[in-house]
Amino acid sequence: MRDFSYIAATTIPEAVALLDEKGENARILAGGTDLIVQVREARRDVDWMIDIKSIPEVNVLDYNADTGLVLGAAVECYKIYADDAICDAYPGLIDATTIIGGTAIQGRAGVGGNLCNASPAADGIPPLIVLNATCVIAGPNGERELRVEQFCTAPGQTALEKGEMLVSMKIPAPASNSSSYYLRFIPRNEMDIAVVGAGASVTLDDAKQTIVSARIALAAVAPTPLFAEEASALLAGREVSDEAIDAAAQAAQAIARPISDMRGTAEQRTHLVGVLTRRALNGAIQRVRDAA
Amino acid sequence: MARRSHVQTTLNGETVEFLCEPRQSLLEVLRDELHLTGAKEGCNNGNCGACSVILDGRLVNSCLVLGVETEGKSVETIEGLAEPDKLHPIQDAFLENAALQCGICTPGFIMSAKALLDQNPNPTEHEVRYWLAGNLCRCTGYDKIVRAVLDAAAAK
Repeated sequence: MRDFSYIAATTIPEAVALLDEKGENARILAGGTDLIVQVREARRDVDWMIDIKSIPEVNVLDYNADTGLVLGAAVECYKIYADDAICDAYPGLIDATTIIGGTAIQGRAGVGGNLCNASPAADGIPPLIVLNATCVIAGPNGERELRVEQFCTAPGQTALEKGEMLVSMKIPAPASNSSSYYLRFIPRNEMDIAVVGAGASVTLDDAKQTIVSARIALAAVAPTPLFAEEASALLAGREVSDEAIDAAAQAAQAIARPISDMRGTAEQRTHLVGVLTRRALNGAIQRVRDAA
Repeated sequence: MARRSHVQTTLNGETVEFLCEPRQSLLEVLRDELHLTGAKEGCNNGNCGACSVILDGRLVNSCLVLGVETEGKSVETIEGLAEPDKLHPIQDAFLENAALQCGICTPGFIMSAKALLDQNPNPTEHEVRYWLAGNLCRCTGYDKIVRAVLDAAAAK
């Protein structure tokens, strides 16, 4: 593997100062399940790895039914799905964290790293988008916040500026009569990269018959994970019906701009967007209705 | 070349110290510096699980951990499982079920199985299969491995 230096930062200002000083060849190390492979395979030139796992703020996993979830950037997947309250509040996030890699990957990898790696096929990002997550970013000029759907800018590229790092993601508390769902299509049962991924969140009325609001997000059909804004808006105020869900699925297909590659053709991916969007919406609706 | 770092960690219950470069993975440190060759290098990118070890109680791919990251941590490898005159129950179950052929994947499977049974002593077959999804075996067809893990759980 390429030679590099390793520093375990213990505070946010220390990590930010190092990132700012070392420039583009410095990279944050959290779980390392993407970064170490990329450096080993010479896909990323890294001279400095700045390990953030000793920084308290990036290890926060704090759910409060009134204020929502603060998810530190380095929190590993296994800690997220081990928390019963988080499983109840954000099932769509749990769908994703339980299928990112296998057990050994989930012991190291986190949603924050999944986001910063900015893969178009990232399973962790559509749930963040449908759950209205906000990114908390620290940099040389202090802290700023950014909506998660604006975080990824191209494959492997993010909105982080020089010297900036992701500290945490904030997810609002779930509304009553709401739930979320994420699924992907892969040719295997597990341990694979999404051909297409789709996430949905819905809020229903008290009778659980009408959609108050919905959010849909897609993976692996564009250079970045997508928020399907128009498709989501189509559902607001609609009664739960196949027609409403089909209309949203078609609108989601309309914004997909997939490529053909070894995992699937553009045509297959566009078809899958329709299928998976319907399943994600129906899955989220069913979860609302199944809840006591 | 980056300076070699001095690292102190607990390995199979005993304190060990080693020197390593930042770019050396835990797998390389185990095999090349500490001469523990039980963990195997298969894919070296987190897909095959042949290098599985337990780090602070969690199953990890040692090829995806830097040696320097283990400062102050606890590492369990296949070498720490058996007692001097007695195999670990999971190892016994693998032998009884003929759950290995060439043996390359076996240390990883056994460490993965140990991590599972440490936190879930009575897993279902479904849970065993999903837990072991990150360990690849090209010889056995998996069925004997799954049965071995279920037998080891039942024997406890």
